[in-house]
Amino acid sequence: MPKSVADARDKICSLGVGRALVVVCAAAALGGCSGGILQPQGPVGAAGAKILLNAVGIMSVIVVPTIVALLVIGFWFRASNTRARYQPSFVYSGRLEIIVWSIPILVIMFLGGLTWIGSHQLDPFVPIASNAKDPPLEVQVVSLDWKWLFIYPQQRIASVNEVVVPADTPVHFFLTSATVMNQFFVPQLGSMIATMHGMQTQLWLAADHPGDYYGLSAQFSGDGFSGMHFTVRAVTHDDFQHWVAATQQQSGPVLDRNGYFDLLRESCNVQPFTYRNADPSLFAAVVRDQLPSGPGPYVGRAGPGVRPIGCG
Amino acid sequence: MSATEVLRTPHPLDFDPYKVGHGEGGGHDYVTGHGEGGPASKRVIVGYGFWLFLLSDIILFSCLFASHAVLQTATAGGPTGPQLFDPMSVALETACLLISSFLCGLSAVAAGVRNQLWTQVFLFFTGIFGLAFLLLEVRDFTSLVARGASPQVSAFWSSFFAVVGCHGCHVTVGLLWLGTMMAQVYFKGFRPNVMRRLVCFNLFWHMLDLIWVALFTIVYLIGEGR
Amino acid sequence: MFGKLTLNAIPFDQPIPLVAGAFVFLVLIAVIAWVIVRGHLPYLWHEWITSVDHKRIGVMYTLLGLVMLVRGFIDALMMRSQQALAFNAPGYLPPEHYDQVFSAHGTIMIFFAAMPLMIGLMNFAVPLQLGVRDVAFPTFNSTSFWLTATGALLVNLSLVIGEFSRAMWLPYPPLSEYRYSPDVGVDYYLWALQIAGVGTLLTGINFVTTILKIRAPGMSYLRMPVFCWTALAANLLIIAAFPVLTATLGMLLLDRYLGFHFFTNSGGGNMMMFVNLIWAWGHPEVYILVLPAFGIFSEVIATFSGKPLFGYRSMVLATMAICLISFLVWLHHFFTMGAGGNVNAVFGIATAIIAVPTGVKIFNWMFTMYGGRIRYDTPMLWALGFTVTFVIGGMTGVLLSVPPADFLVHNSMFLVAHFHNVIIAGTLFGAFAGITYWFPKAFGFRLHEGWGKAGFWLSFAGFYITFVPLYAVGLLGMTRRLQTYDVPEWRPWVLAAGVGVLVLCGALFCQVMQFIVSIRQRESLRDETGDPWNGRSLEWSTASPPPAFNYAVLPNVQGGEPYWQIKRRAIESQQLTAEPDYKPIELPRNSPTGFITAFFCTITGFALIWHIWWLVGLGLFGAYVVFVWFAWRDREEYVIPAEEVARADRARRRAREEWLAQDAAREEWLATHAHPSAQPVGQA
Repeated sequence: MPKSVADARDKICSLGVGRALVVVCAAAALGGCSGGILQPQGPVGAAGAKILLNAVGIMSVIVVPTIVALLVIGFWFRASNTRARYQPSFVYSGRLEIIVWSIPILVIMFLGGLTWIGSHQLDPFVPIASNAKDPPLEVQVVSLDWKWLFIYPQQRIASVNEVVVPADTPVHFFLTSATVMNQFFVPQLGSMIATMHGMQTQLWLAADHPGDYYGLSAQFSGDGFSGMHFTVRAVTHDDFQHWVAATQQQSGPVLDRNGYFDLLRESCNVQPFTYRNADPSLFAAVVRDQLPSGPGPYVGRAGPGVRPIGCG
Repeated sequence: MSATEVLRTPHPLDFDPYKVGHGEGGGHDYVTGHGEGGPASKRVIVGYGFWLFLLSDIILFSCLFASHAVLQTATAGGPTGPQLFDPMSVALETACLLISSFLCGLSAVAAGVRNQLWTQVFLFFTGIFGLAFLLLEVRDFTSLVARGASPQVSAFWSSFFAVVGCHGCHVTVGLLWLGTMMAQVYFKGFRPNVMRRLVCFNLFWHMLDLIWVALFTIVYLIGEGR
Repeated sequence: MFGKLTLNAIPFDQPIPLVAGAFVFLVLIAVIAWVIVRGHLPYLWHEWITSVDHKRIGVMYTLLGLVMLVRGFIDALMMRSQQALAFNAPGYLPPEHYDQVFSAHGTIMIFFAAMPLMIGLMNFAVPLQLGVRDVAFPTFNSTSFWLTATGALLVNLSLVIGEFSRAMWLPYPPLSEYRYSPDVGVDYYLWALQIAGVGTLLTGINFVTTILKIRAPGMSYLRMPVFCWTALAANLLIIAAFPVLTATLGMLLLDRYLGFHFFTNSGGGNMMMFVNLIWAWGHPEVYILVLPAFGIFSEVIATFSGKPLFGYRSMVLATMAICLISFLVWLHHFFTMGAGGNVNAVFGIATAIIAVPTGVKIFNWMFTMYGGRIRYDTPMLWALGFTVTFVIGGMTGVLLSVPPADFLVHNSMFLVAHFHNVIIAGTLFGAFAGITYWFPKAFGFRLHEGWGKAGFWLSFAGFYITFVPLYAVGLLGMTRRLQTYDVPEWRPWVLAAGVGVLVLCGALFCQVMQFIVSIRQRESLRDETGDPWNGRSLEWSTASPPPAFNYAVLPNVQGGEPYWQIKRRAIESQQLTAEPDYKPIELPRNSPTGFITAFFCTITGFALIWHIWWLVGLGLFGAYVVFVWFAWRDREEYVIPAEEVARADRARRRAREEWLAQDAAREEWLATHAHPSAQPVGQA
């Protein structure tokens, strides 16, 4: 079993031709320089990518020979080929049936094992084992129309559309939604998880190295959905402390109940900004439905051609 | 080998390797599958098709039951079921439906002996008891709403009104059908197609009774027990 | 008086729907005017609109599917072109319009293109293959078709009156709830689907009853063609799954119209319940789409390889296994909703298990081709293209069934590429194969081979050029339904997909030309004998097109592939079986019930959407009156006299005798000479 994503990629690429493999190779090669899920930058993403590539490898063992056989048989037994032997009574073979049923069953059993282990190990709610000296960073995430709110309850600050985290430290996300369903997704760091109103989901991610990682919502949530991307900025531990301090000392807005109601109003393509002070009980109130959920477009006024406020 | 010679040699497929229970294909060519005698009669076809429809309707109700089960506790701080259910009313409704089903069965017996008068009488009283059921249910609903348990209050009441209301809608449509059948039996007599429709109606009416039994068990009794 | 409907409903300020709507309206008017002026209306009314004949209804379903396929494809063109233009730019479709386009694309393609295509082909072929005269409930069949057409009409009406849903093809709440979508779009979607759903459920009941209770004498279960088995499985799925859709959309309607709280954010609503219920329908739905296609390919591959299907019982077992297991896998559509390791793993494993019977089918088709003499007419090209392409789609599906892998690619373009891979390769290629295969039977002349093959190759190439880049860009992290994006790495792939869709335009052009040229050249493409492909199942024993009664005398089936046995015996003995004793045949009378019911349902649906309550009452009352009026008719059937039956059947027998006279010489030639691949057997 390959020990790293790079190994897996080389191993698979060396297995030979096959349309699917070529695709994966090409994508992986491009992914290598451009930050897709096959170029993970964190342990969760790396584990997920490894499983993905392993699964492709396992299935390619059947799929590639099958496609090749289909093409070869289709070509060889064409009617104009007089050398092919016409066997119209070849309609049943017990031995072939056994092989034909058992090979997929064996592969599926193998994949099933992979599925069982992987589903438990990589369940988003399961913590990442960490060697770091610091405790995990807690970040509360609220998806709104159409931006992401990140609250740091221990540091009592918050930010919109940008989340700064220390590298090489597990981050424990608690997620909910103020309005409709969204999916919190940072492709290079790992799995996505849904955000739903009135419910709390959890996710553990970690970034191996400092850098900027693209994040987005993977569940369509309305007209401003395309603008719902954010940045995960992983920085060194010291830089993170400096950023927290600077945020607390800036003269910016405050995330109290009023600040939250302001944020609830529909807006799109919001540039990242921070709150110097955030109410740590806000998230729990949102989850327990003690605060109103986001307003929709022109609440109460229906009709054709309804447009959301504030979006082009 | 010429074509005709090829064709005249015994073909391996002559023995049909796909016969049920005859792996080697030898023996008689009599296969014990259904459809042996060709298409079934209209009576069988109509009855079968209607049963399939009833099964699909049961699945519809299953979804509503499932959603009610999921939303059992979703009272959003408002009134709960056991607080407001009236068991006497439910018992009366059950009695009405059971009696109407029994009378429906009697109407089927009368139709079986082609007795116009008794068929109409029993169908009529089937309808009366069905109507009584509906009126009791409407009274129940209005009383619940008056006591603050409207479907707009919480998900629990939404699912309650949906599942009980869906059953009530089916009973309403059934009564409409009943009236139409009474007219058909009166004006056309006991023709084969009218008889087939009576069978379908009977199946429908009895199925509504069955659904009601499941409904009051899951919604009222189990909900009460919680 | 008119509820929410005002003149504002017409999109005077949006050029694209306005122009599109005006264009469609003009074409419709032109067609209707031509029909009336040329005097075709009585023919159309008596022979097609009020027809309860499964062959006519099958053709109409297929036509509806093809027209809606074009409409859905135009939506796809708009989506691809918008994404190609919208890198760090707004593109030409603002979000509120783009969101309608992709919602309409999914809705139309699944409900009004793919379903009607499959149902149309099942309608046409299943009774013929079973050796019987019609389905169990012919008037319900007509009603089913017209109700589906009603749904399609309502969806298209939303283009010019009001707007369509902006809440995706499956309207997840709370986005689809009244609070976040107070517009009429979601209502258009919901009522169109509720009405069409009733039609589809009736089809399901119709076909299960037909396949299980109405077959030619001697046709036991294991003598049915495999297409009938897959039709049975698909229709069982329809009966079991569509009530779930009706119930779930009904709950959403209650939320929207009456303020219920099934799925709302407040009042204890549970949006996860919607997701579970809708996918409990949604997964069986995709098997409803693909199983008939599997059946078509079984027929086509066996016929064009000149061999019986390999492993018949295995295929039957695999089909019924797929039918059953498809109900046990729905959660794989939302692994990321956080159900936990145990639940995710169980459903992931169940999903992988369903790949086993599918794989078995692929191998059986491969072994059918092995040892055959494969003629690459257009249907066989579609079949081979399907097997190769579907395997890739199946592989990516199994990949998505592993939850940790799915966590990385859920809702991404990788997913989009996967399901287009299986639906296009499966359902769409299957529809084209079936249409090309059964067209001569339906209309009496073959489709033009050249244009057909061009259409295939462009579709095949276009599919890969469009969707392989989408696999790649999904692996790069791009999610679906983006109206604009700003990641430079995604751009080349999105542009490549845009090129691919242009190739698919070319394919569409070839398909349309295929029909036009074939109709113009129909005399030279005439199918004289009724068996243009050297077929193996009973429908090829009838004339092309078959008479209304299909079979003068129901065939007596004594083994699998009954027509092949009949043919061989005829060739061997150099004569047909003795002329049967012709009797008069009773057939169901045509009825406008289906059409008029659908008319009232259209009115009711439109009125419900726009809250015109008095019109709702009127529509429902009208529908009820139609039922009663239909129930009151005294003559349900008409009789074809024995002489007419005899005349039609003797003409068929004459054609067969002529063919037989040529055939012995040809068989001799075939056995001793090379067989050119494009030589269809049975043509002069």
